[in-house]
Amino acid sequence: MKLFKVLAVCVTVLAMSTFAMAGTLEDVKAKGFIQVGYNGSVAGFGNVNEKGVEQGLDVDCARALSIAVFGTPDKLKFTALTAKTRFTALQSGEIDVLFRNCTQTLSRDSALGLDFCVVNYYDGQGFLVPKELGIKSAKDLDGASVCVLPGTTSELNAADYFRANGMKMNPVVIESTPELNKAFFAGRCDCITTDASQLAAIRTVAPNPDDYMILPEIISKEPLAPAVRHGDNKWKDIVNYSTLALINAEEMGITQANVDFMLKSNDPKIKRFLGVTKGNGKALGLDEDFVYKIIKTLGNYGEIFERNVGVNTPLKLERGLNALWINGGLMYSPPFK
Amino acid sequence: MVRFVSNCTITIYGLLEGIVNKDIDNISSHISFWYDPDKRAILYQVGAACLFAFVAWYLISNTTANLERQSIATGFEFLDREASFEIGESIIEYSAADKYSKALFVGFLNTLLVSFIGIILTIILGTFLGIARLSKNWLINKCATAYIEIFQNIPVLLQLFFWYAFFYEILPSPRQAFNPIAGLFICNRGLIVGIPAANPIYKYMAATLILAVIIIYLIKKWAKNRQNKTGQTFPVFSTSIGLIIGLPLLTWIFGGMPTEMNVPALKGFNFKGGLTVSPEFAALLLGLVLYTAAFVAEIVRAGIQAVSKGQTEAAVAIGLKPGQVLNLIILPQALRVIIPPLTSQMLNLTKNSSLAVAIGYPDFVSVAGTAINQTGQAIEGVMFIMIVYLIFSLLTSAFMNWYNKKMALVER
Repeated sequence: MKLFKVLAVCVTVLAMSTFAMAGTLEDVKAKGFIQVGYNGSVAGFGNVNEKGVEQGLDVDCARALSIAVFGTPDKLKFTALTAKTRFTALQSGEIDVLFRNCTQTLSRDSALGLDFCVVNYYDGQGFLVPKELGIKSAKDLDGASVCVLPGTTSELNAADYFRANGMKMNPVVIESTPELNKAFFAGRCDCITTDASQLAAIRTVAPNPDDYMILPEIISKEPLAPAVRHGDNKWKDIVNYSTLALINAEEMGITQANVDFMLKSNDPKIKRFLGVTKGNGKALGLDEDFVYKIIKTLGNYGEIFERNVGVNTPLKLERGLNALWINGGLMYSPPFK
Repeated sequence: MVRFVSNCTITIYGLLEGIVNKDIDNISSHISFWYDPDKRAILYQVGAACLFAFVAWYLISNTTANLERQSIATGFEFLDREASFEIGESIIEYSAADKYSKALFVGFLNTLLVSFIGIILTIILGTFLGIARLSKNWLINKCATAYIEIFQNIPVLLQLFFWYAFFYEILPSPRQAFNPIAGLFICNRGLIVGIPAANPIYKYMAATLILAVIIIYLIKKWAKNRQNKTGQTFPVFSTSIGLIIGLPLLTWIFGGMPTEMNVPALKGFNFKGGLTVSPEFAALLLGLVLYTAAFVAEIVRAGIQAVSKGQTEAAVAIGLKPGQVLNLIILPQALRVIIPPLTSQMLNLTKNSSLAVAIGYPDFVSVAGTAINQTGQAIEGVMFIMIVYLIFSLLTSAFMNWYNKKMALVER
């Protein structure tokens, strides 16, 4: 009879696993932290600094989410994921949200069972080459060995680009970013291709960054966005509006430094945005002051950008497409009301 | 179960004879259902089958339901879609415009290639090392021992990283490639060697090579028969060498002796023409062979030591030459001990070749991984990977089992 008891337990456990996937927000609140999938090896977006703390633009967006849900930026557990493992990790429920400079595409949004949230960085794919090769344009790359991460949009874009221009490429695909970079710096490939922001990050870790240059051609559109599992609308709303809060704050001129002062503002839009006038928090199922706490802890999108990837960082990236819409960029937040 | 079947047979047999065996009937009707081991056995079997079916049904239905809820694509239609990614190296013609099915096939062939060459080289190197380990020469013996201890005890993945880094860090760029002899270039893009330019004559040479192998097989059979009957020996070995080299050579001479070569030349970034052995392939092959050969060496040593010394002494006593002692007496007996563990080393090598993904060789796992990522169909992709390795393993086992049977002790 002992056998039957064991079997009964097994069957119960199996049956319970069906109901384990309720709403992500409830799951996250119950366990007390958010499991975040992030890159782990791209400087400026998601890597570990010398103190062992995760940092980067994606990491700061994840912290905004943590503040929205828990009120503090540290209720996060990070899982470093490769380009190949990231979507499976999200599909299978191993992580709750993916902040890993992922490009939103139609097939990922549909067939992969993912939902992309608001874009937190507009990027485009380019090529990084050693200066000593003496080439000036991506059109000169016929016959080149190309280092590329497997399972990325970069892999497909590069193949498309070479095909469209009647050139031959010789891909070298290595799954781990550091290993791929090492092979590139050692001269295994003539160029490395990925999103331009990542190329800037790769150049910073080169033995001598000045020996490398990014070719002028940008061959694709890469809207990088966080992703959640398909069909969990409540969770998606929270991920969306925690990032949008950063953009909206910049639009309203609210910064980490002046947010306390702004609390006393008479502007009804600002009062509503910072939760002085109640309503937004309740609609999302969050505390009313979640926006205030996010800005107070992290600053607005512009501050986060400059801190992680801006012109004063080793990456030296201009705002470009990532400037506010009022400044000629694409960053635009729907109204918080 | 056996008893149940035999009871049935007895009953049927009795009915056929026209006699109902009352004793058996009486006995089984007295025993209650739960205490009849035959009936209980059937119940357990049915129960186990039901449980298995339930678990299988549960897992499948739960998976499909979850996939549907998250609206993840399922099925195998993706095989017919355009892959639109390039693969670094391929034995067959492949481009990004081909379908996923072809991309996967390219990966399959790449795994097959590295495993096949790897296994052959491993057996050769392992045998040499195993014999060297038994050598009476102190230096050879110690060198072999040191090799085995070092390579056996370093994880194979580290060895792969080491060899790969060795190739791209140490070797020069294509523009400064080593050119030790005409037509051979060594650089961090691989080893590029000139090969004879395509000519129909090479196909005929391959055909005559196969013909030579068949003729050798027949000669060997004939020579053995004749030796059994008359005691006369025939120089099979030297004849074989002559045939294998001579026949294709004659074809080449009669075919007009084409000498045109497909010589590699530096064009733009890389060498064009010739045959390229990429650093990824070379590192993977070298890593796997050096690692597995250490294990094979130990197996060979154990096999040889398992043959009792009396066998050698007896063989020498009846006047066999040292070569004959090894070929006719020791190896046939040692092989019986060697083959079964050797099979599992061959399987290990094949399975370890999936580490290729770490150093960028496009084997099946690497290509399937990319396909999984681009299509999002992880279950189908992983299923393919499992099926492919299962097929490789089963075929290798089947072949080795056949060979083992052939080598097994035939008692007369």
